[in-house]
Amino acid sequence: MNPLAKFLTALVVAIALLASLNPFIAGGLLLVELVALPFVGLSPRKIARVGWPIAVAALLATLTTALYGRPFGHTYWAWGPILITEGSLILAVTIGLRVLAIGLPGVVLFATVDAVDLADALAQLWRLPQRFVYGALAAMRLIDVLAEDWQTLSLARRARGLGAGRLPLATLGRRFAQVFALFVLALRRGSTLALAMDARGFGAPVQRTYARPSLWRPRDSVLVTVMSLVAGGVIVLSVIWGSGVDGIG
Amino acid sequence: MGASSVVADGWGWRFGANPSRGIVGGSFTIKPGERVLLLGPSGSGKSTLLRALAGVLAGDEGQQSGRLTVDGVSPSHARGRAGLVLQDPQAQVVAARVGDDVAFGCENLGIERSEIWERVSRALAAVNLIHDLNHSTAHLSGGEKQRLAIAGALAMRPGLLLMDEPTANLDSVGATSVRDAVLAAHEQDDITLIVVDHNVDLWVPYMQRVIVLGKDGDVVLDTSVERALSDHIEQLTELGVWLPASPVLEPFAGGSAMPDAPVMFATQLDVARPHSSRLGLDLTETFRESELSAIVGANGVGKTTLALTLAGLFAPASGHVRASEDLWFSSGGRIRPLTRRQRSVEWLSPHRWSSRDLARRIGTVFQSPEHQFVRATVREEIALGLTLAGVRGRAAEQRSDELLARLHLENHADAHPFALSGGQQRRLAVGATIAAQPKVLVVDEPTFGQDAHTWREVIGLVFEARSGGCAVIAATHDQRLSELADRRIQLGGGA
Repeated sequence: MNPLAKFLTALVVAIALLASLNPFIAGGLLLVELVALPFVGLSPRKIARVGWPIAVAALLATLTTALYGRPFGHTYWAWGPILITEGSLILAVTIGLRVLAIGLPGVVLFATVDAVDLADALAQLWRLPQRFVYGALAAMRLIDVLAEDWQTLSLARRARGLGAGRLPLATLGRRFAQVFALFVLALRRGSTLALAMDARGFGAPVQRTYARPSLWRPRDSVLVTVMSLVAGGVIVLSVIWGSGVDGIG
Repeated sequence: MGASSVVADGWGWRFGANPSRGIVGGSFTIKPGERVLLLGPSGSGKSTLLRALAGVLAGDEGQQSGRLTVDGVSPSHARGRAGLVLQDPQAQVVAARVGDDVAFGCENLGIERSEIWERVSRALAAVNLIHDLNHSTAHLSGGEKQRLAIAGALAMRPGLLLMDEPTANLDSVGATSVRDAVLAAHEQDDITLIVVDHNVDLWVPYMQRVIVLGKDGDVVLDTSVERALSDHIEQLTELGVWLPASPVLEPFAGGSAMPDAPVMFATQLDVARPHSSRLGLDLTETFRESELSAIVGANGVGKTTLALTLAGLFAPASGHVRASEDLWFSSGGRIRPLTRRQRSVEWLSPHRWSSRDLARRIGTVFQSPEHQFVRATVREEIALGLTLAGVRGRAAEQRSDELLARLHLENHADAHPFALSGGQQRRLAVGATIAAQPKVLVVDEPTFGQDAHTWREVIGLVFEARSGGCAVIAATHDQRLSELADRRIQLGGGA
């Protein structure tokens, strides 16, 4: 699959879900995604490793909505501001399913798309400016280097007597100074990288060629078309069905 | 197209941002296929010249005078004719995969796809980098990254290969592999070679010609390698060029003959960076006053990790690092109310100390000075150290002036540390650390990529601290330094 096809698919699914607030639609789409999952070639373990924050977010969203969501229908339990009602429970399930259904394609996208391939697709298929696309791609190399820089800065500050202390305010000020130091380092590293890229002819007045072709195959069109139709259908259904619960949505 | 010719005709450059910085015109002609070693003191504009030749010195950055041509045209109109390799292996990796990184230059020059991959394989073979094209660039060693950069330049089929201190960050194995890759490339392709490197020993047997730039960027010597080494030794020494017979050992006498008091103990120590695997050491050592211990071994064996653990910055992975009670009390340490458990073990473990307690007892000089500067001026950097040592008022001012003079930074007292040259930054990093009067001084590769002058200055400062009773622990792959040590801790096998 072309990375852009995956990206568009995740996008239309997200739009459809944001436009609807119905537990059956969210659950149905999640079911479709789960059925499709074995075909993208990801092991459950890898999905768990990349996707656990989504699961946590879904759980938190479900809990808070159940406790504090708009009250409606039968009240099961009340304590102070907490009010668990029939409506808040249904809404909670809907929102939990929705977070999962939006998050899962994102996880798949993140885990299966190489940044280089996405950059190739953006430059070749969508013709985004090369300076922007490949500059951003190269800058991503620097993230690891900057993470190391941050660690070394922390050590160096501790060695010089400016490490985290007991006074939170002083510590905050020192952290701020450290962020600034990292910023200065990032600028210097960035300009060296830009120099190295220029030395390799980046931005030369020639038509650039591509070592890796980014192909848009028929199956990419099929995937995006089918998912767009599904998403469109979902939006239509959600208008007809509403939220599935009277008084909500 | 074959090897390139280079002509400089009174070429000079003045930086727009800092007009006092710049180089006056120099003139020389380099014939196609020549192998030239370009030398000169720091600030003489070697890097600027290489960047100009690579066509990447932007016109809006400064003002050019005279003429500079590659194959008879201005370098900025000959993009791709010159390949440039820089000093820092980290900073020039463009892509996440080996193959893509080498292909990058070809893509920019608009080479046909099928030819790109042919060139990529050939360039990787030329630099002896045998990896799958999909191999991650993040997993390459420093020497491999430099060879990757050379391959990236070679794939562009340049007529001119420019090397800007390509081995300064590497150990001797890595440096040799990079040099061999450059020579192999010269052998295989028709190419003109210009190399800037402090490590003259490494290159001299393979170069034909030496061009030396003076302090202002003018050409002060232009001759064959043989003549330079026979008739101009003095001039080269004055420039801080490392020569095969550079006398460096003389001024640094050894420590005292009597065994000194112990300041720190390592017991069955193994070390690891946070979230990384252990080195698998089992180190038991006693570190004494006025003693220089060198941690030696190739790049990547964990010298820095061990040094920073001894410095109380990383917790030991297993075993202990303990300070002697003398070290704790030397800087006015007070016995605090401690739990019994703490009293038995913890209060003498440097990594448990507060940042302040640590900084006044164990000083650490990091590999790259940029990481450890925390103040806006040179004077404040030193003042921070003095404050930690408890030197205040009139005494602090006097000591600060003395130190500035000792560091030859009295004219830069109000400059920002980042505005200093590389050698000045090294001196300041050591000086500001010593100002806190630590009893243990840990230095990480203090001589990395330094010319002979800076080398002597930095080592001189370290040895002064040692004479004053400081226990010095140096992580280094510099043979010259480790030979001066009282003892060596060898990591990762080898001799």
